[in-house]
Amino acid sequence: MNRYRWRTSLLEVVMVLAGLVFVSPIYILFNVAVKPRDDQTGPLRPTVHPTFSNFGDALTGAHLVNAVVNTATVVVVSLIVLIGAASLAGYAIARLTSTWSKAAYLAFLLGLLLPFQLATVPLYQAMRAAGLLGSVWGLVIFYSAQLMPFSVFLYVNFIRALPTGFEEAAQIDGAGPVSTFFRIVFPMMRAVTGTVVILNTINIWNDFFTPRLYLSGGDLQTITVSLYSYVGQYGSDWPLIFGGLILASIPILVLFLILQRYVIKGFAGGLKG
Amino acid sequence: MTGKTRRRRAVVPLWFLLPGIVIYGAVVLLPSVIGSGYALTDATTGDAGTFIGLANFRTIFSSTDTVGPLIQTLVMAAAVMVLQNVLGLLLAVALNSRIRSRNWLRVLFFAPFVVSPLVSGYLWKYLLDPDGAVNQALSAIGLGSLRQPWLGEPRLALFSLIVAVVWQFTGSTMVIYLAGLQGVPQDVVEAASIDGAGAVRRFFSVVRPFLAPAFMVNLTLSLIAGLRLYDQIVAMTNGGPGGSTDSLSTVIYRTSFEFGEFGLGSAMAVVLTVLVILLSLVQYLGLRKQARA
Repeated sequence: MNRYRWRTSLLEVVMVLAGLVFVSPIYILFNVAVKPRDDQTGPLRPTVHPTFSNFGDALTGAHLVNAVVNTATVVVVSLIVLIGAASLAGYAIARLTSTWSKAAYLAFLLGLLLPFQLATVPLYQAMRAAGLLGSVWGLVIFYSAQLMPFSVFLYVNFIRALPTGFEEAAQIDGAGPVSTFFRIVFPMMRAVTGTVVILNTINIWNDFFTPRLYLSGGDLQTITVSLYSYVGQYGSDWPLIFGGLILASIPILVLFLILQRYVIKGFAGGLKG
Repeated sequence: MTGKTRRRRAVVPLWFLLPGIVIYGAVVLLPSVIGSGYALTDATTGDAGTFIGLANFRTIFSSTDTVGPLIQTLVMAAAVMVLQNVLGLLLAVALNSRIRSRNWLRVLFFAPFVVSPLVSGYLWKYLLDPDGAVNQALSAIGLGSLRQPWLGEPRLALFSLIVAVVWQFTGSTMVIYLAGLQGVPQDVVEAASIDGAGAVRRFFSVVRPFLAPAFMVNLTLSLIAGLRLYDQIVAMTNGGPGGSTDSLSTVIYRTSFEFGEFGLGSAMAVVLTVLVILLSLVQYLGLRKQARA
């Protein structure tokens, strides 16, 4: 049953066709974005004389450079907080057997289920009172906390499968718990830290609800918010809109294609637990 | 136990928990508790409101403006969960074969997952336009009679939304099933094959038990994601036509931040929370029982 037979080639044909149908929306996205104004052919027909003016217009019209910088800032700062706090907490939960660490784990697991809408109103009021609406810091605080349970969960699963010998040896040699963690444990967690980085980056980069709420009325925009107002402005000028959609997705798509092996493996492996 | 065989365990201080718990507790747990409290008041944007007991919940369950979205949320979540898992599992089985394009196809089917739901929503809005690509393609292959106002008619709009969501997330479901399938020992499958079990029989009797953890993860994730749908709806229909594609999430946002009714909006968030926790718990217990049987 492991050989390539006629039935396998039939399956191959069917799957490639399914793949083409599946990917056709993305083809149309690119095809329409490069279609010149005077080209009246349908969205499916390949564009013969592609134009790239829609990208330039979207770049300036939607202030995308600014939006990318803002979004990237939020992503990087949130990731630093998340990795630092979640790896420490995950390590403690995986290794300790006290009631406190068990209670903490249960609290984090609850956070996997809790819809963020429950906290939205009080959090919005607190951010307003603290003057954090319309700033990247409000978003950083939100994501650092909101994505903490999932990040802790990934770390706990990973550390539980890690042998304890190295930590014990380091401490017998006189290392304190802090230096044991940073010099021995943290470097061993590279793989899961990669998963935490990738999944949280996708999450933050693509989120719309949160920045829509916490940035509303201000000048500061993240990518999804600037796309939203751009679409609102140009209604059904689809070639122009698609230029913006493509530019906004390219950073994350390129990152995915370069790291696809790790993204897919990390996604499946991190959750299999 | 003698001193020789006993190993000294590494010391892990309890305060390692502190940074994570403090951030999470202050920004998620505490506001969630306060938010649940708001659900019992008539608070608005500018007013802390007074205690009104369960009146908000009576409003939610008696008004068609909220019962409709509640039912639509359940329909969307159930449909997304079933379709995404059936298709994801089929794709995983197909790509776990010997076909040469399997690595390419794996990347291709997973790719929409990394695109923003807002972007994918706009793309589908365009595709499903009355003059959009889907209707044009139908005409082109001689099925012009099947052209539909995909987003303009209540039932169709709900269906179209489900298709767009399933398109975006089936690849991620597939990847988890693939990881599960790769953990199935091949010699066991071959032994069953030699004993005369056909492909379908092999799948249900031999392979399926190994997939129990993958089923658990996928069904739970897709259920929770389906119950929380928001971005795609805003991009594709904004709840229309006539509220027929509103979900609890879109109604919560509108109630709290467009109408400024913090109390009622928070009560809706409580309903959503109870739904998510209750349904995923029921599902978890059901699947665990099945895995044991």
